[in-house]
Amino acid sequence: MTRSAITHGTGAPETSGAAAISPKARKRRKARASWTPAWVAYLQAAPMALVFLLFFVLPLAATFVVSFWNYTEYSIVPAFVTTNYSDVFYGCAASLPSLCTTFATYLSTLKFVAIVWVATLLIGFAVAYFLCFHVRTLPMQIALFMVCTIPFWTSNVIRMISWIPLLGRNGLVNETLQSVGLIDAPLEWLLYSDFAVALALIHLYTLFMVVPIFNSMMRIDKALVEAAYDAGASGWQTLTNVVIPLVKPGIVIGSIFVVTIVTGDYLTIGIMGGQQIASVGKIIQTQINFLQFPIAAANAIVLLAVVLLTIWGMLRLVDIRKEL
Amino acid sequence: MATRPMPREERRPRSFYALAAFFALFVVFLYGPVVTILALSFQGPSGGLTFPMNGVSLYWFERLWGGGGTVDIGSAFRRSLALGLTVMVLTVVISVLAGLAFRKRFHGASALFYIAVASLIVPSIVVSLGIALEFRILDEILRPYLSALGLVSERGNSLGLFTSGLGAHLSWTLPFGLLIMFAVFNRLDKSYEEAARDLGATNWQSFRHVVLPMIAPFLIGIALFGFTLSFDEIARSSQAMGATNTLPLELAALTTTVTTPEIYALGTSVTAVSFTVIFGTLAAFLSLQRRRRRRAKG
Repeated sequence: MTRSAITHGTGAPETSGAAAISPKARKRRKARASWTPAWVAYLQAAPMALVFLLFFVLPLAATFVVSFWNYTEYSIVPAFVTTNYSDVFYGCAASLPSLCTTFATYLSTLKFVAIVWVATLLIGFAVAYFLCFHVRTLPMQIALFMVCTIPFWTSNVIRMISWIPLLGRNGLVNETLQSVGLIDAPLEWLLYSDFAVALALIHLYTLFMVVPIFNSMMRIDKALVEAAYDAGASGWQTLTNVVIPLVKPGIVIGSIFVVTIVTGDYLTIGIMGGQQIASVGKIIQTQINFLQFPIAAANAIVLLAVVLLTIWGMLRLVDIRKEL
Repeated sequence: MATRPMPREERRPRSFYALAAFFALFVVFLYGPVVTILALSFQGPSGGLTFPMNGVSLYWFERLWGGGGTVDIGSAFRRSLALGLTVMVLTVVISVLAGLAFRKRFHGASALFYIAVASLIVPSIVVSLGIALEFRILDEILRPYLSALGLVSERGNSLGLFTSGLGAHLSWTLPFGLLIMFAVFNRLDKSYEEAARDLGATNWQSFRHVVLPMIAPFLIGIALFGFTLSFDEIARSSQAMGATNTLPLELAALTTTVTTPEIYALGTSVTAVSFTVIFGTLAAFLSLQRRRRRRAKG
């Protein structure tokens, strides 16, 4: 998507007439395809570049710099010390095989990442498959797709707290199970627990899997699927040999979204875990509240490194630029 | 779809019914919980946080908006609305400009694109902390000079709703805006502009009378993203709002302190705003599309 989108955007779209023109002439035409002077493009890109410079690039740079600063109880002091990083990993080597706080926190987060990734992938794939291959008319596809998308535009916090009347001690689920006689006492692990966190994360972020997978699936030529059937493939064989390889880029993009969101999440884990479950984001927030900015910055840089390494690893699995 | 006369297509396969049932369950999963808090926000005055309903009333809404309850929500609501509308307008304008820039060639195009995608991926708590740190450092460096010129007061900090808060939200909404602009411009036929050109239109005329009407429906989509993402944003706002709080931040704080259906009434009110915006936008989008199609025919 990345490079192809850009290069595609720069030149004139391929028209049937352009195919007849020699490459050299076409290049000349492409160069002339824009009538505006070159500096206009810079002027047009400037506002966006400025926003990202001021509110994304410089903040990350500031975080990196401050992560080497020193701090006292009431102020932060420019310096170059690595104590913040050694504090982040304090006791991690010494206390093995038992885990230090940082490793234990990342392991706990990793558990949520794994559960949520598997669940959103399966649900997202099934939903996208249904929309793409079983819904026959385009208006219906769009309508059902919108049904999936609308919750994304409403408040996440409200979507979280809306589980409370269902999962609480006297909530709908417990009441129902008790009245049916399946359980005697209310289940305590439904709310403010690992289960609640995982459920809420799946609830909030399945859409991030549905959209890219659906997008990849819609590009599949339906004739390919028909050909597979005609060649005698079973439904399962068609799925694993034709559909899944073709939607791999969508799966990877969706996975990147879900994995990075869950890794950096602290609100869902905080609210649905009853503020009892650790997460990296929560550690950072607590340190900010105590004005320990340098160590919070060091934690943020470590988190950033973990997220970027994860993305790098996932992009190794599939070359997105080649597949799009 | 009409070009699929396969006999197999005439009868739905069994997998259709299984997946249709699964999809229905998924929709219940998506909407079910929200429906319960919508219902519970109309709880009677003696009702609690869970079912059963103790009568039906608007009691909790009156408490919430009358200001007599535990929460003063009006000001946070107005702040979020003002910020959301500002972010919406800026997102549309900046995204369209950048989209136009990306149709031409310019140095740093790939870098800008990758930075936009990175802004989408980097954990919001990191960005939020970074913005807070950046503003602290800038304050430290610039404030003595600016206060000497009499532009700002000597003490205090520049973190605020329409400084760092606005920037934090834009760093979140602009990537969506840019990606939508890519999708739009990649599908836009350039021959219309060339025709406008050949008829002697200036740059501005061909943008105003040819390109803009064609991309207008999608700009509504960007506006929808801009407003709703800002109105509901919380992770990036957490450190970047300074002394003020937006509505979602208030709401998150309330989850631990409020034990009455007032919080559901708030949830219903916020959801009502979101739904009004969403369906208003969709209606505008559809009517624009229809008008365009009618014009194309007539």
